[in-house]
Amino acid sequence: MKQYRIDPSKGLEFGLYSIGDHTPNPFTGSRISAEQRIHELIEASKLADEEGLDVFAVGESHQAYFTTQAHTVILGAIAQATKKIKIASSATVLSTSDPVRVYEDFATLDLISNGRAEIVAGRGSRVGAYSLLGYDVRDYEELFEEKLELLLKLNAEEKVTWEGQFRAPLENASILPQPRDGHLPIWRAVGGPPGSAIKAGYAGVPMMLTTLGGPAINFKGSVDAYREALEQNGFDPAELPIATTSLFYTAENSQDALREYYPHLNLGMQALRGGGYPKQQFAQATDYRDALMIGSPQQIIEKMHYQYELYGQQRFMAQIDFGGVPFDKIAKNIELIATDILPAVRKFTARN
Amino acid sequence: MKLVGLSGSKVGSKTRTAMDYTLKSVSEKYPEAEITLLDLAEFDVQFSDGRNYWEYDGDTKYVTETIMGADAIIIGTPVFQASIPGTLKNIFDLLPVNAFRNKVVSMLVTAGTPKHYLMAEQQLKPILAYMKAQIVQTYVFIEEKDFHRKEITNDDVLFRIERLVEDTVVLTDTYKRIREAKEAEYDF
Repeated sequence: MKQYRIDPSKGLEFGLYSIGDHTPNPFTGSRISAEQRIHELIEASKLADEEGLDVFAVGESHQAYFTTQAHTVILGAIAQATKKIKIASSATVLSTSDPVRVYEDFATLDLISNGRAEIVAGRGSRVGAYSLLGYDVRDYEELFEEKLELLLKLNAEEKVTWEGQFRAPLENASILPQPRDGHLPIWRAVGGPPGSAIKAGYAGVPMMLTTLGGPAINFKGSVDAYREALEQNGFDPAELPIATTSLFYTAENSQDALREYYPHLNLGMQALRGGGYPKQQFAQATDYRDALMIGSPQQIIEKMHYQYELYGQQRFMAQIDFGGVPFDKIAKNIELIATDILPAVRKFTARN
Repeated sequence: MKLVGLSGSKVGSKTRTAMDYTLKSVSEKYPEAEITLLDLAEFDVQFSDGRNYWEYDGDTKYVTETIMGADAIIIGTPVFQASIPGTLKNIFDLLPVNAFRNKVVSMLVTAGTPKHYLMAEQQLKPILAYMKAQIVQTYVFIEEKDFHRKEITNDDVLFRIERLVEDTVVLTDTYKRIREAKEAEYDF
């Protein structure tokens, strides 16, 4: 775990992430400017840092209703604005980027942040980036696999010689600057079915698994498949961290959490997926067995406990700004996480 | 209530004829309903390429967004090779998995032979159920012999169309009331 900068004795790491969605606030019907949204993200990272959370991550999506397309630039500002918190992507759409540039960017972020940068590489569940950046979505799978291979090679070797289908060959190339310790934690972003989890296991890469909602047990299959694939390929599952991610909203009590969050969730889903979130399903979501992190701090703690027993993961990442949640509520969530949730979670996950 | 009549084929005239009768019956009995006819013969709809439906342009965007905006959909379909036409299947492929959640969908089927009577049960209803439609179970099945020069000549078919229209509208109103009553209980 050490090479991934994770110390399991300290317990489960708790982080926040944003995909930079930029939708109207359903309570007011109005949408803040992209400028304000980006500044508030940076503010949120400062709060999370001050409150002692472990990670803050920003992802990229290249289409309408999003505002963090240049996520590495925003992460640069966050690196400068924060002191201790780890900074990561959530995710970097590696398929439509040049791994060399990605590595240069994150190595630089690592230097700016004094060794706090991590890459979470994904394929993108929204395909807007492909046509915009000149890639064919029909190469969806191969683009990612080839580029992840190269990215991992850049991380492992000082002089890189490489040849592939989607990028000019590299001949004894040095990638500069190098990250502080010579390498970066690189995760594979995994969503939905176990196919992608198995690929992460084959490659011996840490897995960041999205568990956006529905029964938590449904994602256990991907966790098991990942660890099994690791073992089959000669990696030790005890050495490779797993992170899970979920939509997250908490308030002083369960009823407030539901009332305050539902319009955001419904509108966000409507804008991004073309269909709202059924109230019936949302009413079930406070149950500790449901992966969607909604409820009072006590309910969230129960969910964390259940999921930790189920997955044995090393990190949990909460998406706290989905569907136009305003900044004062984001700040309140960070406060509740720091004062009520984190101490309890660390207590039952720390190993000393 | 927004009601869409979706005529699912580019070929022939029977389905469109039956759809015209059906929508005329809707407008006569329920003048307050907002009715839109989508005859796929009149639109140039692209094959689904994996995009979200609102990311297409032109006819594809118009047709899919009109369907997604509907409270009730009456689908008219002929039978091609013992199934629905590819044009209609493509509409389903363009839409998200839960596209018909909170929508009522009813069907009329035109066919050259009574041997096709169960096509709707075996081919069309499973798709609609998967996409979360509230299905009007009884459909209108119309054969070649029920038509004469773009008119329906079988009174039984005409009565069935009237009942299909009534069932579609009544069930749409009813499900809406049930949903509203249930959602009011949630307090969020």
